[in-house]
Amino acid sequence: MKLWLARQRYLIDFTLASLARRKTRNLGLLFVYTVLVFMLASVTLYSHALRQEAARVLANSPEVIVQRMVAGRHDLIPPGYIEKIGRIRGVQTREARLWGYYYDAVTKANYTFMVPAQGAPAGGEIIVGPALERSRGLAKNNGISFRSYSGKLHTFVVADVLPQASELVSADLVLMSEESFRAFFDYPAGHYTDIALSVANPLEVRNVALKLAAALPDARPILREEVLRTYASIFDWREGIVLALLSAAILAFGILAWDKASGLSAEEKREIGILKAIGWETGDVISMKFWEGLLVSLTAFLLGFVAAYAHVFHFAASLFGPVLKGWAVLYPRFQLTPQIDGLQVATLFFFTVVPYAAAVLVPIWKAAITDPDSVMRG
Amino acid sequence: MRPADRALIFLTLAGAGFATCFLDATRLRAAAANDANGMATLVARLHLTDLALFTEARYTRHPSQADLHSPFQDHPQALEHFPTGSLIAPPAGLTRTTSEVGAGETAK
Repeated sequence: MKLWLARQRYLIDFTLASLARRKTRNLGLLFVYTVLVFMLASVTLYSHALRQEAARVLANSPEVIVQRMVAGRHDLIPPGYIEKIGRIRGVQTREARLWGYYYDAVTKANYTFMVPAQGAPAGGEIIVGPALERSRGLAKNNGISFRSYSGKLHTFVVADVLPQASELVSADLVLMSEESFRAFFDYPAGHYTDIALSVANPLEVRNVALKLAAALPDARPILREEVLRTYASIFDWREGIVLALLSAAILAFGILAWDKASGLSAEEKREIGILKAIGWETGDVISMKFWEGLLVSLTAFLLGFVAAYAHVFHFAASLFGPVLKGWAVLYPRFQLTPQIDGLQVATLFFFTVVPYAAAVLVPIWKAAITDPDSVMRG
Repeated sequence: MRPADRALIFLTLAGAGFATCFLDATRLRAAAANDANGMATLVARLHLTDLALFTEARYTRHPSQADLHSPFQDHPQALEHFPTGSLIAPPAGLTRTTSEVGAGETAK
């Protein structure tokens, strides 16, 4: 064992000296390799963390949202509609929601106006989301006016600002009382936007949706699992788009690595010939090249991954964030909680380290099994 | 010191950096546990259904609540107005061929 270890150390010494002879070329390759791992790891780490965050946060959203459809469009819930739902077994609570959109010409952004079920501000007061606070330069007890769709100007006092840490879900929210909401939008009395249902038994949710569809044919039940699926597919799609864009870089690296690995330079061939002529065995030559492939690819993988981790979770993924999370006038600022998927890391390792190590070994094996004299002569 | 020892020390340090990522992730996850940022509580209290990532249109602000035709509301083959729309996957029904889709299933 001791002998084997000493032998490997000598092989590594020789490999490093050989790499140092073509310093610029090998450092260039290591740099490109590291950047490639960095980009791939950044995209996968970010997408996975965003998907997990969405799933964690939205796991608390209502089990079922009931919308009413008229001519294929979302319409208001009329008076008496909510009472019909109450008769469906399994429904624990039902709460009518009031919410809508408002386009603010000042910031050229859309806000979501909403009436909270509990803890609504007093009439004439609003609670605003952090992005709105930033974009309109608001603070607690400031006044702000919005021109409603009927043309009337409504003035509100900012009673509070939602916490900055919750910006991912609350960036554009404007919370107000039911009276203010109805007065602002000229919302007909007794009408609501949609209904949030809670179902006692999670296994019953699908049955409740089926019963709803049978009892209220114009209702469109949206289940929580559909909401979660929507977000999973959005981030899968986006990850796919970024990876598709990166595929050009991956392909370029593939060509570079293949070119370096498969087309041995005359100098490298001569080196192998000399080594064999002075007594090295085929196994020694392959071991030396194995160390070369492993040292380069492992260094690139470790450095690329650590840099990607720091980029995503300590520098807010400033390079890829806009593509992966989207953009808007009211851009939420948030810090993701790190979620590292072991399988993803293993896949990344397998697809970056193994092909390079293999691409280095195959041509060397071919050169190493041929006669030293013919290898040296080229 | 021999080059092999220097290389192994460097790789060990890089490996330690790699392991630190996992430790740091565990630390940050523990700090964010129990809903430290209050998002889950806010979602439950306000009955929120979507993330406030893309606010430019109703079907991008609340993609899970939008009726499925809304991105193509102007006419059946209308191109999408907003950049976010090009980054959100189209409904499965729209990407399947007509022969694969049963009657009344186009919007699923």
